[in-house]
Amino acid sequence: MSEIREVIINNDRLATDEYLVNMGPQHPSTHGVLRLLVRLEGEKVLNIQPHSGYIHSGIEKMCEAITYPQIIHLTDRMDYLSAHMNNEAVALCVEKALQVEVPDRVKYIRTIMDELARLASHQLWWCVFGMDLGALTTFFYGLRDRELILDIFEETCGARMTVSYNTPGGLMFDIHPNFQKRVKDFIKYFRTKLPEYDKLLSGNVILRERTEGIGHLSLNDAIAFGVTGPSGRASGFSCDVRKNQPYSAYPFVKFNEILDFRCDTLARYEVRIKEMYESLNIIEQLIDNIPEGDYAVKMKGVLKLPEGEFYQRVESARGEFGVFIISDGKKNPYRVKFRSPGFSNLFALNKMTKGHKIADLVAIMSTLDLIIPDIDR
Amino acid sequence: MDFYNFTSLTHSIHEGLAKSFSPFIATTIEWVLVGLAYLTFVALFGLFLVYAERKVCAAFQQRLGPMRVGKWGLLQTIADFIKLLMKELIMPRKADWFLYNLAPFIVIIASFLAIAVLPFAPGLQSLDFDIGVFYLTAVSSVGVIGVLLAGWSSNNKYSLIGAMRSGAQILSYELSVSLSLMTMVVFAGTMQFSAIVEGQRDAWFIFSGHIPAIIAFVVFLIAGTAETNRGPFDLAEAESELVAGFHTEYSGIKFALFFLSEYINLFIVSAVAATVFLGGWMPLHFGNFESFNHVMDFIPPVIWFFMKVLGVMFIIMWFKWTFPRLRVDQILTLEWKYLLPINLINILLMALVVLTKFHF
Repeated sequence: MSEIREVIINNDRLATDEYLVNMGPQHPSTHGVLRLLVRLEGEKVLNIQPHSGYIHSGIEKMCEAITYPQIIHLTDRMDYLSAHMNNEAVALCVEKALQVEVPDRVKYIRTIMDELARLASHQLWWCVFGMDLGALTTFFYGLRDRELILDIFEETCGARMTVSYNTPGGLMFDIHPNFQKRVKDFIKYFRTKLPEYDKLLSGNVILRERTEGIGHLSLNDAIAFGVTGPSGRASGFSCDVRKNQPYSAYPFVKFNEILDFRCDTLARYEVRIKEMYESLNIIEQLIDNIPEGDYAVKMKGVLKLPEGEFYQRVESARGEFGVFIISDGKKNPYRVKFRSPGFSNLFALNKMTKGHKIADLVAIMSTLDLIIPDIDR
Repeated sequence: MDFYNFTSLTHSIHEGLAKSFSPFIATTIEWVLVGLAYLTFVALFGLFLVYAERKVCAAFQQRLGPMRVGKWGLLQTIADFIKLLMKELIMPRKADWFLYNLAPFIVIIASFLAIAVLPFAPGLQSLDFDIGVFYLTAVSSVGVIGVLLAGWSSNNKYSLIGAMRSGAQILSYELSVSLSLMTMVVFAGTMQFSAIVEGQRDAWFIFSGHIPAIIAFVVFLIAGTAETNRGPFDLAEAESELVAGFHTEYSGIKFALFFLSEYINLFIVSAVAATVFLGGWMPLHFGNFESFNHVMDFIPPVIWFFMKVLGVMFIIMWFKWTFPRLRVDQILTLEWKYLLPINLINILLMALVVLTKFHF
C-alpha cells in the first residue's frame, strides 16, 4: 500500500496539474466575443487573462474623419444598451465646447430618455444574470418588460436600440404626443412587475448561496481599477456622475445614490435592482413637468469646435462614460478618446475571481455587466 | 378491475407462440417483441416529453412554445428529431474513437435496462424480480459510466469538467436515491415492484407511511432530479459555464441519444416515485368510501400510472424552470451534509414506525 502511495506522489504524471481553458471568443456566458484565458486547477480559478479586440472596430479612429454630428451615430454602436447616454455625452461635450445652452425641454427629455435606457439596460442585465446562473425563466420576464421601453424609443425616434436621438444643440425630433402617457403607463406597469423580479430570483435561496461573499472587490481595489457604475457603488465607491457632476436635468431631481458596502456579487445584484426603483422615481419627477419650448437650438450647418481639449462624462448604465475631444479648429476632431466603463470593469475580474469556482466566474462576470463592443470599441 | 388486467393477454400471446414454435424460437420472438415494444414506447414517449417540456417551460416563461409545425406545434419535435437524424456526425480529430462512439450507447442502454422493471399496469411489466428495487438502483448507476466516457473521450476540457462534475454528482446522489427507496422497502417489506404496488391497494405508501414516507418522497424527488442531471442540478451540461458539458462534441443521432436518455431518465425517476410512493397503477382509494373507490376503479390502471408519472414530471420540470443552478461544492454539500443524514435518520424512523405498527 505504501509503495503505491509513493508511486502516486513521486510520479509527476499522476499529480494534479493546472490547465488552461479558453473561455470564448465563442462562449455562451461572455455575451459576445470576449476571450478569457482561464488558468484552472480542477474547478478552481487561478488566474484570468482577458484578451479583447475580437470586435474592435476602430471607432475612435473613424471619429477623426467625420464631423461632430456624425460621431453621435458611431457612439450608438459601442455600448448599445446605453446608446442614449453615449449620444448625450458627445452632444454635451460639443455643446460645452461651443458654449451653447440648450433649452430646459431638451434637458428634461434627455434625462427621461437616459433613465429609460438605464432601465432597459438593467432589465436586460437581470435577464442575462439569471440565465448565467441557470434560471432561464428570468430571461423572458426581463425581455417582456424591456420590450415596452423599446416601443417607447421606437415611437420617439424610430429606432429601438441605436437611437441616435441626440444631436449637438438638442434633439433630432420633438417627443411623440403619446410619449408622456406611454411612459406613465409603463411606470405604473413596471412598479407592479419589479416585485416579481424579487420573488422569482432575489429571494431565492440558491441565488443567495451562489452570490453571498463571492467575488469580493474592496473599495480600494474598486478605486484602483477604476470600477465605476453599479459595480463600483456596490463596493461603496461613490462614483455616480449624476450626483457628483450633475448634467442635463439631474440637478432638478431628487434621487438617492445607491451604495452598498458588502462588495460581493449579491451587493452588485441588489444595487442594480434598487437603481431600477430610483430610475422610476427620477422619471416620475420629470415626466409631468417637461417645459414647453424648442427641442433644439438652431446650430450652424458645419460645426467647428474651437481649438482645445474638451472632456465630458456621463453616467451610463454600467459606469462612467467619458468623451475626450481634442480639436484643432476644423470640422472634424483631431483626436477622440472614449473612456468606456466596461474596459475598466473587465480588468477587475481577475482580482475578484481568484480562488473561486468556474461557476462563480460566470456569476461575477455577469454582475460586471460587460458589453463587448464597449470594451473593444 | 380484472377487465384491465393485462396478464391474460400476455399469457395468451405466450401460449400461442409456444404452440406453434419450439421453446427457443418462441422465447426469442418474445424478446424481440418486448424489445420492439419498449423501443416504440420510449421513442414516442420521448418525443411527447420533449414537446411537453417545451410547452411547460413556455407556460412558465409567458410564451406559447412551439406553435407553427402542426396544430399547436404538435409535429415540432418530430421535425426536430428528423433534423437531428439527418445531421452530419462530427468527431473531434484527436478523440478516442472507440470510447467516443461507445458512450451514447452505454447511456441509453442503462436507461432501457432500468425501464424494464417498471410495472405500467397489472401484467404489463417485463421483469418482475424479487430484488426489483435493487436492480433498478444498480442499472441506473451504469449510465454515469457513459457520461464519464463521453467527457473523457471527446478530447475537450469543457466536456471533461462536465463529466467529472457529473461523476461526483451522480455517485453522491445515488446514495440518497437508494436510501430513500430503502426506507420504503422497509415499509413495504419487499423489493419486488409488483408486490410494492400490490401493498398499496388500500392506501398509497405516501399516505399510509405518513411522516417518514413524505420525507423519503421529498428526498427522492431532490436526489432523483439530481440523478437525471436536470436543473437546478444540471452542472454536467451547465450551458452558461461549460457550453454543453459532456456532450459538447456530439452531434446528430449521437447527441439525440444523450438527449433521449435524459428524458427517459426523467420518466424513470417519475415512474419510480409514482410506483413506490404514489401507488403505481393503483387507483386512489379512501378507506370506507365504497362508492368513491368503485368509481376510481373504473379508470384503467395505465391511465392512473401515467397520470401520476406526469404529475411528478411536472414538479421536476417546475424545479428546472424556476431555480438557478447550484455550484459544484454546494451540490455535494447538500447531499453529504443534509440529505444523507436526513435519510439515515429517516430509515430509523421508518423502522420504528414499522415496529410499533404506527401506520395506516
